[in-house]
Amino acid sequence: MIEKRKSWMSLLAISDQNDLLNLWDQKKIKISYEWLRQPEIGSIMAQGKMGVTGDKFNIGEVTITRCSVKLDCGTIGHSYVQGRSKRKAEISAVCDALLQTKMSKEVNENIIIPLEKIKKDKRDKILSKAEATKVDFFTLVRGESD
Amino acid sequence: MYVAVKGGEKAIDNAHSWMSEIRRGDPSVPNVSLNQITEQLTLGVDRVMSEGSLYDKDLAALAIKQSRGDLIEAIFLLRAYRTTLKRFSYSKPIDTANMLCLRRISATFKDIPGGQKLGPTFDYTHRLLDFKLLAENETPLSPTQQYENKKVPHVLSFLNQEDLMQKEKDNNLDPIDITREPISFPTSRAARLQALSRGDEGFLLGLAYSTQRGYARNHAFVGELRIGIVEIELNIPELGFDINVAEIILTECETVNQFQGSKIEPPQFTRGYGLVFGQTERKALAMALIDRALRWKELGEDYSGAPAQDEEFVISHCDNIQATGFLEHIKLPHYVDFQSELELIRKIRADAKRNVKRL
Repeated sequence: MIEKRKSWMSLLAISDQNDLLNLWDQKKIKISYEWLRQPEIGSIMAQGKMGVTGDKFNIGEVTITRCSVKLDCGTIGHSYVQGRSKRKAEISAVCDALLQTKMSKEVNENIIIPLEKIKKDKRDKILSKAEATKVDFFTLVRGESD
Repeated sequence: MYVAVKGGEKAIDNAHSWMSEIRRGDPSVPNVSLNQITEQLTLGVDRVMSEGSLYDKDLAALAIKQSRGDLIEAIFLLRAYRTTLKRFSYSKPIDTANMLCLRRISATFKDIPGGQKLGPTFDYTHRLLDFKLLAENETPLSPTQQYENKKVPHVLSFLNQEDLMQKEKDNNLDPIDITREPISFPTSRAARLQALSRGDEGFLLGLAYSTQRGYARNHAFVGELRIGIVEIELNIPELGFDINVAEIILTECETVNQFQGSKIEPPQFTRGYGLVFGQTERKALAMALIDRALRWKELGEDYSGAPAQDEEFVISHCDNIQATGFLEHIKLPHYVDFQSELELIRKIRADAKRNVKRL
């Protein structure tokens, strides 16, 4: 459960706000909830490691929005998402709550799986373009020996 | 002494109003949108995020638009905004071995596992103006190729295995955060790296160049330069586990430097390290060279008096917002201070004249 929850919360956090909002609006899930924590914009300090494996140091901050909701059934959802969209944070927290309820299948199929596909497609595109710029030194050597 | 000057409100209002009008430019030309800036002036956005020390593309684009393309002014706006944000927490240290590399090159090893990928680079272009860009509606498409989804190991880890490279050990120390505590000298490498990562690209470039020209000679090779996507992990206290909260682009540079060895270290290669927000390779490279130059004390090297070895000099002057704040304040009204100087010099001159007469 925790592994699954980590994975959907992570996906919601880094998803493009427009993608999430579009999927959510298309699905028109009607659900009522109350705020445990209203959306709040803040930052986290990103840390790196000196020389890849050494001690930590601070690189700079990243904007993050967080909130928490409680569904009528009592299930609690949290969100920590990248950027400053309060709506994205709200929908993410509601999704986090719903994914722990009987509605998890519906949310998974209509929100999580499509977001996963968007993320995968975006990465595929970048990595396959990067691969096309790979330098093939061997070809040069073979050419000389002919 | 600073004395408040009153008046000029109307002039200031009108000056700002004219600035806004001029910022908009010719109204018959379409207004530039933030999307256009984030999509097409990406490297400017990356520079503003790195020196503004806040990763938020939309805000950086807004700052660039608001500052009419004056990037230091844009960085200033972003830094000012940053101070208003509540700091939730510190991330887990980013593991750049998990980076999805857009670009990954090594100038020291030709054949590296994972291969050399040039990525979207200006390198090897002829630096000729491309008049095709004058024509609008160009949407070039680049080729793709099947790839293997594998972790890309760091090139220098292979030298590590042979012990030929100085190991970077994790002593699990909490670094100082220069946004929270003022730096005092001598300082730590962690503080230096944070300052350099948000430092001015131009200043870093000049200093790094000085080390190449012989001021604190430390002949550097680029062991590896990589640019790519990393995810940032954060511990969520409400839940008691970690999630990824953000996805950002980082540029990382590791230089390999000759090292003769010292009383405390055997002869081996040493490293300079650069890690910067965004696609910012000139800056990351410069940062790595300066990091290495500043490590002279820790490595038991000689201090040659070069500017790039003087951490107080480098760190106190690499921040362009501190620098521009102090530099530009002298153009603001100093009438009263200057009047007192004027009076003083008049008096001295009058006294001098009287003394000459007496002689």
